[in-house]
Amino acid sequence: MPITYYILLSIALFVIGIVGVLTRRNAIIIFMCIELMLNAVNLLLVAFSKMHYARAVAADATAGSDGQLFVFFIMVVAAAEVSVGLAIIVMMYRNIHSVDINFLNRLKH
Amino acid sequence: MKNVLELVYLIPLLPLIGFLINGLGRKQLSKSVIGIIGSGVILASFVLSIFVFMQVREMSSPFIANYFDFINVGKLKIPFAFQIDQLSSLFLLIITGVGFLIHVYSTAYMHEEKAEHFGRYFAYLNLFVFSMLLLVMGANYVILFIGWEGVGLCSYLLIGFWFKKQEYNKAANKAFVMNRIGDLAFLIAIFWFILKAGTISFTDVFTAETLAKLSGTDITVITLLLFVGATGKSAQIPLYTWLPDAMAGPTPVSALIHAATMVTAGIYMIARSNVLYSMSPLTMNIVAYIGLATALLAATIALKQNDIKKVLAYSTVSQLGFMFLALGTGAYVAAVFHVMTHAFFKALLFLGSGSVIHAMSGEQDIRNMGGLSKKLPITYFTFLIGCIAISGIPPLSGFFSKDAILLSAYLKNPVFYGIALFTALLTAFYMFRLLFITFNGKFRGTHEQEHHLHESPSAMSIPLIILAVLSIVGGFVGVPEAIIHGGDKLSAFLSPVIAAPHEGHEISHSKEYFLMGLSTALVLIMIMFAWSKFKNYQRTEATGFGKVLENKWYVDELYDKIIVQPLHKLGGFLKSFIENSVVDGIVNGVGKAVNYSSRQIRLLQSGQVGSYVLLMVLSMLLVFVIQFFLRK
Repeated sequence: MPITYYILLSIALFVIGIVGVLTRRNAIIIFMCIELMLNAVNLLLVAFSKMHYARAVAADATAGSDGQLFVFFIMVVAAAEVSVGLAIIVMMYRNIHSVDINFLNRLKH
Repeated sequence: MKNVLELVYLIPLLPLIGFLINGLGRKQLSKSVIGIIGSGVILASFVLSIFVFMQVREMSSPFIANYFDFINVGKLKIPFAFQIDQLSSLFLLIITGVGFLIHVYSTAYMHEEKAEHFGRYFAYLNLFVFSMLLLVMGANYVILFIGWEGVGLCSYLLIGFWFKKQEYNKAANKAFVMNRIGDLAFLIAIFWFILKAGTISFTDVFTAETLAKLSGTDITVITLLLFVGATGKSAQIPLYTWLPDAMAGPTPVSALIHAATMVTAGIYMIARSNVLYSMSPLTMNIVAYIGLATALLAATIALKQNDIKKVLAYSTVSQLGFMFLALGTGAYVAAVFHVMTHAFFKALLFLGSGSVIHAMSGEQDIRNMGGLSKKLPITYFTFLIGCIAISGIPPLSGFFSKDAILLSAYLKNPVFYGIALFTALLTAFYMFRLLFITFNGKFRGTHEQEHHLHESPSAMSIPLIILAVLSIVGGFVGVPEAIIHGGDKLSAFLSPVIAAPHEGHEISHSKEYFLMGLSTALVLIMIMFAWSKFKNYQRTEATGFGKVLENKWYVDELYDKIIVQPLHKLGGFLKSFIENSVVDGIVNGVGKAVNYSSRQIRLLQSGQVGSYVLLMVLSMLLVFVIQFFLRK
């Protein structure tokens, strides 16, 4: 399969994520959209890594899997982020009985 | 008495101790104790000065007393040292002698003051004597300069002694500022000296090898700068206007500082540097011209003044002009001689005027006096002697010193002689005008003043009598060679310090007699003229030219117009434009800009999470765009 398909899919996912973040007011949906963007990047990383693997190994035996390692790294960070983020959202719900982010502008007071 | 020179440090130290005791103890000590301490220390210095003088007569080279290093930096070494020679010992006698008489006089004159102010007065006076002694004893220009500044400070303090009157404070400030202008030039001269010659001790400077290091230009510049310093301290054109205003101080102060001693510091300094001055004919000419112009200008102003002290003040300026004329024509001895005789008769005249003012309960305007000779006989006679002496009638002291100056002016240039003689005639005229208006005719003051008229106490009249005697006999130390062979003892005495003038053209004795006779006859005619005009003085308003003279040629107004007001304007401009608009504009502008921009940026912090995210996305896009386009 040509790399173009992967790129297009990634762009589609990423744009969906951005638009979701920008337009939605529900904190959980925004959260999911952020995950979507992260995974769009992950997809692209894996795709490029697979594509360049053979050539990279030919040049240097220890190289080649950097892209895939990055993906794991992102997943770990995302997991941590999710736990913190969800905790915040829970606290937010307990306080204002809503997950609408427009209520959050009161934080400045 | 061999070791008396080892004790010279006591001469200035004693007045300093007196200053400390009177200054610190002015609230505890009684007036009589203050008076005894204040006068006593000066008397002790005077006695020491006499011993020193006796010792110095036999010395051919100066005695240097080194005490410690005042400045020691690199190659430059300035010791704190005193130099005792004929010139300084003569000044020591004048300062401590006249100073002592004036201290005694002050104990009576200032008796009305509260004890605290009385102590302050004597503290200042002692500090002045200390500074003046430092000035004449210093063995180099730096020590001289310390004394020079010290006397300026004391002059300021004493002019503003009655500090509750604002105009007195202004007079004090004026004196101080004008002196500072001269002092700056003096300081530059010292620096120039150090730069070029590397030393400033008198004994080192005036040697052939040091002088060889200085080019002709150097010497001219240094001597001119020193002379500018002298014009400030000794009240010459263009810096003379402070001296008449300095009469705001108590009268004994005017006698001591602004007539007898401090204002002669410039003469002393130039006489001390006579070796340098003789090497620069240009400077000598300038000194002579300035001296002559000052003498004439001040004498014309004195003709029309109505304040008894102002007349004497302008007379002082005029006499100082005579001394500078003598310096400028190379007659250093004549200048020093006139300093000495002037110290006697001008101190006498000032103290006499103080006695009059005392009797008149503070009145200084001679138009309100008259007929005082019967009520104040001692003051009248001593004042008369002072007037005769200053007018130059033989055989009183003023005749000899003024004659020496006139003679040297004649030898230099007959035109100088003509102007100087004319000035001398004016001197006789205004002094006798003052005498006749004050002491003759009818009393013109109020009844209260007339009732209160009294002769001064003995503490005031005895100094007057002593000074009158000195004014009579003081001239005999410098009798011209023409009259008595070997009569000019002063020149012989000062010869180790001041080289005898070596002018080519001698003057025959008969011509000298003629000049003396001419000046004496003209002065007598002038006095007769003054007598006919002022023996029955009636108050009249000055008109025309007299008005110009009464207003001192409008010199103060001129200075006000061309210097003070432009400076005020400049100050106002700097304050209103540079300070308010530019400096404040920049400072406040920075503050305002920060304030405004932060106010605007604050609006971004809306708390709307959506807008934050949008901004984040937009900025990320921006980063990408920048990366994409600027990468290459």
